[in-house]
Amino acid sequence: MRALTWHGTRDVRVESVSDPEIINPRDAIIKVTSTAICGSDLHLYDGVIPGMQSGDVLGHEFMGEVVETGASSTLKKGQRVVVPFTIACGGCFHCAVQQYSACENSNPVEKQDMSATLYGHPMAGLFGYSHLTGGYSGGQAEYVRVPFSDVGPIIIPDHLEDDNVLFLSDILPTGWMAAENADIGPDDTVAVWGCGPVGLFAIQSALVMGAAQVIAIDHYPHRLELARKLGAKIINFRETNVREALMEMSGGIGVDAVIDAVGMEAHGFAIDNMLDVVKQKVGVGADRASALKQALLAVRFGGRVSIPGVYGGMTDKFPLGALMEKGVQLRTGQTHVQKYLGDLLAKIEDGTLDTTFLISHHLPLEDAATGYRNFKEKQDSWTKVVLRPGMEAGAAGASTTRTMEQV
Amino acid sequence: MSRDANNTLSRAGGIAIGAGLIGAAVVGGALASGMRRGRSPDDAPGRTARRGFGEYDVSGRTVTIRKPRAEVFRAWREFEKLPQFMENVVSVRPGDGEGRWRWTIRAPRGVVELETEVVREQENELIAWRSTDKSEIDTEGRVEFRDAPGDRGTQVTAIIAYKPPAGEAGRAIAKLFQREPQIQARHDLKRLKMLLETGEIATSARTADATRKAKMEEA
Repeated sequence: MRALTWHGTRDVRVESVSDPEIINPRDAIIKVTSTAICGSDLHLYDGVIPGMQSGDVLGHEFMGEVVETGASSTLKKGQRVVVPFTIACGGCFHCAVQQYSACENSNPVEKQDMSATLYGHPMAGLFGYSHLTGGYSGGQAEYVRVPFSDVGPIIIPDHLEDDNVLFLSDILPTGWMAAENADIGPDDTVAVWGCGPVGLFAIQSALVMGAAQVIAIDHYPHRLELARKLGAKIINFRETNVREALMEMSGGIGVDAVIDAVGMEAHGFAIDNMLDVVKQKVGVGADRASALKQALLAVRFGGRVSIPGVYGGMTDKFPLGALMEKGVQLRTGQTHVQKYLGDLLAKIEDGTLDTTFLISHHLPLEDAATGYRNFKEKQDSWTKVVLRPGMEAGAAGASTTRTMEQV
Repeated sequence: MSRDANNTLSRAGGIAIGAGLIGAAVVGGALASGMRRGRSPDDAPGRTARRGFGEYDVSGRTVTIRKPRAEVFRAWREFEKLPQFMENVVSVRPGDGEGRWRWTIRAPRGVVELETEVVREQENELIAWRSTDKSEIDTEGRVEFRDAPGDRGTQVTAIIAYKPPAGEAGRAIAKLFQREPQIQARHDLKRLKMLLETGEIATSARTADATRKAKMEEA
């Protein structure tokens, strides 16, 4: 099959690799119809996450058609499914309490030691996201082997297009859980740092949950415009003193809930080089950590802090005093995708949530490397790239459904 | 099947002293003397102590498996099926006499043969074993089964003491191959958990010939 493979920093290629096979009884093989590039894929692209091996197939946002099933799979050939990026067994303690992204059984045993050393507990398995989270081949490919196919994938009714539902795989539930973690009530002012895909979905979710106002913070004009169209008020941090503005816009009380959808990924997972990675990245890291620091200062006493943004290593100069003295609630974590799929699919079907506004480009899988480059270098206009294995190479221009000007 | 505790202890000789806690733990009668040798200042399991156990390596690990205690006990008690989740165990076959089992285990250079005898068994609670003099490795261990709180299933604790082959060098080599018993035991317990909770052992391989199991069998 054809697949997007990683070979080193900013070196991804579409090449031919072996087709996936059914190995365990609960497996299924999915023929991918749509797959997206995620912001977190850029950290693999930039080579800042260890545990990658040359030839690894990337991609953790994908959907497609069931073409093969293991003896214990509950899926049927021909069904259309969206696959959660978190691999969960459904049988362990964490799955039983719906903390699917903490599944104890999805990361192969021999791959668990490194993250267990760093975090005290091993990470669960994820598709296409380094060998720290299992080393599973990802979805930016023609076919994917999906373990525990009786637990993860959700069956999609025929009348919904791929673009309507693809983001159930990660960023929509991630934005939704970010808002849920902010425990939003009807009188609340909610501030969201970062208007990337997760931030935008968090804004949309917070409004659906009934927040009185949502304030979006970023510096990319186009992304801020998308937030405004969703119904948020916007702050461009290059133009405005954010903390002062938030105090004024919340009547001098401070915002009730803050969501950090920026993150500070890739400060290194491996314990032995972690500090070095932090040092190397200190320019970027300090910059990005400032979103969370700012959020902690902006949130009111007794408010809520939600962190969907990914942090991998450590940070310093952290406003621990503000965190303690203000009596805030702090909630974090990778998304428990499986928990939200049913409800969010229903909200897509009844029109409560729209996910298509985000997509700036459709590309053939063959042009995936171009997609990575532009998603990385033209963040303002390339808001979300959807790859289609079936689409003819070079058909990118014609297939781009929306450009910046149209939005 | 369970043997006289004191007999076992005296035959084991150095083990009871060298392995300290495990020697005491394996044989119930020796527990009191083990305690006299130095009561732990806290409630933590002895195997988590910062001090060592002489020439023996003692390690232990607990996992919680979301299945009833009897089922988990049964899975461990079927010795011949242990290679299903014990990656380095090639086979377990009945040995010479009741409660004796012959193990063929992958080692840094080829395989080692081990014969164990079950020195104590309490249904759904405990299995303890030690190597006999027909073994190439000097080892003993026990596995305990307890109900976890509420509906969390069963807590399984495996404790293994062994004398590293060929001293430190041997252990260093073993570690390189990830075949040190401490790592083995931890990984094996997690594989048992996977097998019982999910019916399979997770692999991220894309093709059947690329699984860890397939590669080990090939090697």
